[in-house]
Amino acid sequence: MTNEELKYNITELLPAAFYDEASEFLTVIIPSEALLPLMKELRSKKEFDFDYLFCLTCVDWKDHLMMVYHLLSKTHNHTIVVKAKITDTVNPQIESVNGIWKTAELNEDEVFDLFGVKFLNHPNLRRLFLEDDWAGYPLRKNYTDEHMIKL
Amino acid sequence: MLLGEDYITEEGEFVINMGPQHPATHGVLHMKIWLDGETIKKVEPHLGYIHRSIEKMSESLSYRQFVFVTSRMDYLSAHINNQACALAVEKGLQIEATPRAQAIRVIMAELTRLASHQLWWACAGLDLGGVTPFFYAFREREAINDVMEETCGARLTQNYMVPGGVMNDIHPNFQKRVKDVLKQIKDNFHEYDEILTGNVIFQNRLKDVGYISKEDAVSYGCTGPTARASGVSCDIRKLFPYDGYDKLQFEEILSTGGDSWARYQVRMAEMLQSVHIIEQLIDNIPEGDFAAKTKVVIKLPKGDFYQRVETARGELGVYLVSDGAAVPYRCHYRSPNFANLSAIPRMAKGAKIGDLVAIMATVDLVIPDIDR
Amino acid sequence: MVITGVCLLVFLVLLCFFLGYMERKVAAFMEIRLGPNRVGPKGSLQIVADTVKLLFKEGLTPDCADKFLFNLAPGIMVVTSMLAVAPIAFAKDFQIWNINIGVLYVSAISSMGVIGILMAGWSSSNKYSLIGAMRSGAQIVSYELSIGLSLISIVILTGSLSLSDIVYSQANGWWIFKGHIPIIISFVIFIIASTAEINRAPFDLTEAEQELTGGFHTEYAGMKFAMFLLSEYINLFIVSAIAATIFLGGWMPFHIGGLEGFNHIMDFIPSSIWFFGKTFFIIFVIMWFRWTFPRLRIDQLLNLEWKYLLPISMVNVLLVTLMAIMGWHF
Repeated sequence: MTNEELKYNITELLPAAFYDEASEFLTVIIPSEALLPLMKELRSKKEFDFDYLFCLTCVDWKDHLMMVYHLLSKTHNHTIVVKAKITDTVNPQIESVNGIWKTAELNEDEVFDLFGVKFLNHPNLRRLFLEDDWAGYPLRKNYTDEHMIKL
Repeated sequence: MLLGEDYITEEGEFVINMGPQHPATHGVLHMKIWLDGETIKKVEPHLGYIHRSIEKMSESLSYRQFVFVTSRMDYLSAHINNQACALAVEKGLQIEATPRAQAIRVIMAELTRLASHQLWWACAGLDLGGVTPFFYAFREREAINDVMEETCGARLTQNYMVPGGVMNDIHPNFQKRVKDVLKQIKDNFHEYDEILTGNVIFQNRLKDVGYISKEDAVSYGCTGPTARASGVSCDIRKLFPYDGYDKLQFEEILSTGGDSWARYQVRMAEMLQSVHIIEQLIDNIPEGDFAAKTKVVIKLPKGDFYQRVETARGELGVYLVSDGAAVPYRCHYRSPNFANLSAIPRMAKGAKIGDLVAIMATVDLVIPDIDR
Repeated sequence: MVITGVCLLVFLVLLCFFLGYMERKVAAFMEIRLGPNRVGPKGSLQIVADTVKLLFKEGLTPDCADKFLFNLAPGIMVVTSMLAVAPIAFAKDFQIWNINIGVLYVSAISSMGVIGILMAGWSSSNKYSLIGAMRSGAQIVSYELSIGLSLISIVILTGSLSLSDIVYSQANGWWIFKGHIPIIISFVIFIIASTAEINRAPFDLTEAEQELTGGFHTEYAGMKFAMFLLSEYINLFIVSAIAATIFLGGWMPFHIGGLEGFNHIMDFIPSSIWFFGKTFFIIFVIMWFRWTFPRLRIDQLLNLEWKYLLPISMVNVLLVTLMAIMGWHF
């Protein structure tokens, strides 16, 4: 499917979605609550068939957190970027997509470890890299540490 | 005897910790294993023993500097990591490397792939208890490293690719040295098969071990030879060509076995493909500049840029988010080993301890790339 | 008696030095490198330097270990392997203890070594050591059977358990030539099974460095570790010497029944040279295995014994018995 067709089909599913076509891939921006239903559709519907989650990460925009999912379809060879906006930066939460793509398990652990995003219904959410009692989330923009050197 | 508090679970499973210091994990990977006798019930990776937070460091390094940190991620694919970052910056600037630089980059990347696969082959033999293959593979790897040293001054953590091209022009001796290396590899390749591939014990150790189906491989995000051994077509050089790979003749090696033996065969065949790629380029390096002109301080426009390349272990993605400043706002690496690691608990379920070693050997994990 | 004992001890230690040196040189030859070549002429004193280093290392005992058993285990390993040297005939009429049940004695004593391994693995209180010890229990008990059956095939032909009788029975030709194909099969089975019995690669599952970091001797250091090494080399020598004695005629020169002149020329070569030549040939073969084969997995190891070697050797014993009754051998 081309980007136009993808956009048309997704708008049918989720009229509230925003689009950003400045970048290389079609980017859909959605609120965090709408993530799981949309992802399920993207995975299961024959014409989408996004079976390969190749990049899962998060960006801290200070006033909100943005989860970024890069999806690829091995059958149709089209790519889409889903960005889910989490407005609550104090106690950020989002549904886990581990049930759809198994690779999400470790990637979500990583995001939880470094950004503090809590994934609901994640089978084994743990601090993957840092110690369990580490204070703060290092990749947040407001993270400070006594050992950090200011450049 | 005292074996610690929780060495046996309520279900009677014996818990052992493979790593962080263990001969088979090739670094500081820590696998917690639940055993029933010798059979593995569950594997859980514990990471972070060499986490350097390269992503956070990159947020305070300029677009020229952050390229070089990545040599320390997957240190066996240092050139290719640098290439990925350079390409990502080039994508943001909407420029392309000069044709000469592209040819040099591809040659260096393929040499890196060869060296990396040779180290993998050496360690695969070593992990399965055969020490001798190690020395055979290192004979050729040393020759490649000599070429690297002559070209860019480093043998392991090379910093050669820069945004716009490469750092220096190639050595006048470069073409002759590379041809010598290729000849040496082709002449000696049959020894690899004689000492390891044809061995019955070796084949029995790998066949039907660590099977992963095509669907699972896609779902776990497997990439590189690990995924191709399960029949997933995922060679970035073919699917999303960069640096002129689309003009070269080479095959994407696919297998449908899905087990460790298939992964072994895919990697062995890939070595010959890399030789083939270099042979096409080595006499046809175009004349011209070795780097495109870029500004001293690179500033990317606002937006996000994703660039993927095929390292020796699979798809490496560089995700750059720019807010228009001279440093990246956010920089994320989608590392191939991290994705492949997540599939190991699936592969190892029901296997023996010795099989886990075989699985880790054929998946070819590089731990600094997982921890980043 | 005491002097003999001391001489034997010195001989065995020197032998281990030589075997250590030989192993390194063989490994280097297989691995296209040079091996030790700095300490002493052609690196021959390297192993002495290593021993001195090991002597000066701290003999560490882990806090959680069962200290008595932990320190006893290396001793048991060395003593049992040294005991098995007694009935071996090194040259013509040169035997420390000419016992009339030599074959039985050697196979009984050499299987005691597993007690040392089990002790070491259990008392270290290390999980890897424990798994290594469990593996060695299964492995050594299994392979003992094949060794016993392949020895029995010669005992049937000779009609004696005494090692010196077995050597004399080969005066008109070694058993491997006289005994047709069944004895060749026994010989091959003996070499495979004894490689497994002494825990050498490709059957070194009890150590399995890449899986168990060192297996039963993970926690050992210094001289206690060196004693495991010592016993490994003595065991290597013993199984090779037994194979040479039983199948290749021991110190008996190469004789062909009926050719008196040829046999007479062969007798000019000293019998000790015949014995050590054959023994070191087999040692070389076992080292060759180690440096070319990868390791088996535990279930493959047990399958090899119970599904292949044991049935084959049982049928083989029947064939040999038939051969002995009918007098088909030379």
